[in-house]
Amino acid sequence: MELTREEESALKGEQGEVLQMAYRILVATGEATDAEKLIPIEWAHLSGVNYNTIGDAGEEFLAGISNNARVKVKTTLNPMGFDIDNVSNYELDNNFILKQLSIKNSYEKMGVTPSFSCIPYEIFDIPKEGTQVSFAESNAAIYANSFDNLKTNKESAFSALASAITGKSPFSSLRKDDSPNLTIQMKVDNPNELTYGMLGFFAGKVGNNSVNISGIREMDRRSCKALCGGMGTSGTCAKFVFGEGDPDCEKVDFDQKEMQNIHDELNTAEKGDLITLGSPQLGLEEISDLTIKLKGRSFKKRCMIFCPRSVKNQARKIGYTNELERAGCEILSDCCTCLSPLINKNDVDSVTTNSIKGAFYLKNSNGVDVNLKPLSQIIEDETK
Amino acid sequence: MKKILVQGKAQGTVLKSNNSINFLGTVDKKTGIITDKNHELFNKSIKNSILVFPYGVGSSVGAYTIYSIKSNNSSPLAMICQKADLTVATGCALANIPLVTVTDKEFKLLHNGQKITLDTKSPNLITFLE
Repeated sequence: MELTREEESALKGEQGEVLQMAYRILVATGEATDAEKLIPIEWAHLSGVNYNTIGDAGEEFLAGISNNARVKVKTTLNPMGFDIDNVSNYELDNNFILKQLSIKNSYEKMGVTPSFSCIPYEIFDIPKEGTQVSFAESNAAIYANSFDNLKTNKESAFSALASAITGKSPFSSLRKDDSPNLTIQMKVDNPNELTYGMLGFFAGKVGNNSVNISGIREMDRRSCKALCGGMGTSGTCAKFVFGEGDPDCEKVDFDQKEMQNIHDELNTAEKGDLITLGSPQLGLEEISDLTIKLKGRSFKKRCMIFCPRSVKNQARKIGYTNELERAGCEILSDCCTCLSPLINKNDVDSVTTNSIKGAFYLKNSNGVDVNLKPLSQIIEDETK
Repeated sequence: MKKILVQGKAQGTVLKSNNSINFLGTVDKKTGIITDKNHELFNKSIKNSILVFPYGVGSSVGAYTIYSIKSNNSSPLAMICQKADLTVATGCALANIPLVTVTDKEFKLLHNGQKITLDTKSPNLITFLE
């Protein structure tokens, strides 16, 4: 990779340790993605916020660099481990809370906007078409590339942080106008958001950097997010394009049988002890739709709902949160189903969810079984 | 394609998987043990190995897991992949774990239990010791 004289100097450590580390990360990223140079980016979105995922090593690392590091571009943040407003309702140990608050403090010290959301594309203004950004949250990177016409690598927590600090990112293939070499032919009829989550999970497994998806008609926001969330969980694929693609593209079918395989892999329980909705977090549109669906009904068991703080505040003003709480929902902001310390296998054997991304992490990280159902079925079965 | 992503030298025993690895959630941060029941390396520790696998997948936070296992002295001595991915590349860059990619042919020549030296400065990137 070609570096400018200034970038070389930073890599040698002549501009301080923080920039040296940042450039070492950018160089490794550039080599990994066949980039020939670094280019400016306008927005970084960071992962690596939840103490459950980054642990003591991450907490100490961030506390260390936050003394000197400052972000150079608009920088937003993924969810953390809990919602400070209601954390006392959950049996979370004090160490976790202190370490999490230290992480929050470190990011704020660096000048990061504490958005604690995995759906930046739904709560911030989207820059103009073709703008280069660096999104580490996998569902957000895929959403930005595929629906918002932005350009990002599927960044790692570190490459996005290095981009935030330097305002630069390697000019990798996903940032150029690449075209996918694989087309997935959607062959499942009457898809719901769970089907789209499984389609995404399948696409992530078979796709490389990007894929075409054919055979899809209109999708609502819930399904779009499910597709991005599923895809980001299973692979390295960071973009999809609707359509058949070039005639010489390799073709793969996503049919009933492929879908059943994924369902069998992730669905490990017949029913759940509690329900979680919001992985990725729910936006205002989904909160509004859920409120309508729950009119006159209430959950027969615990239902945890995850959304960004800004969405929760808007929802409160409109009156949705009252309605949802009446229906028995626990509304949590700043955190997410994925890797939440609030769902503990000592208290919970299994969770019902409509999220493939949520299912994967609930099963592998929280160690609980998962019962997969689309939202419509959850409401039919679990409310009265 | 052969690439050097993170410079360094290491000598150790190959631990190979033909499955990709999702570092977030499927590798124990303290012990380096693979906890995913469906994984070829389930219940095995990647600590002090020369870890050979196709590439990393899944959440970007996996880079912190690599940094964590290094901080907990449970990381591999080096990693060899078929394809470079950002999570593994940046995790290794920060943790200073040597990382290279090799051709499919070279990948096939690596087997569990082989003792090798990996040296990114040497013209023979990989030397078989036995």
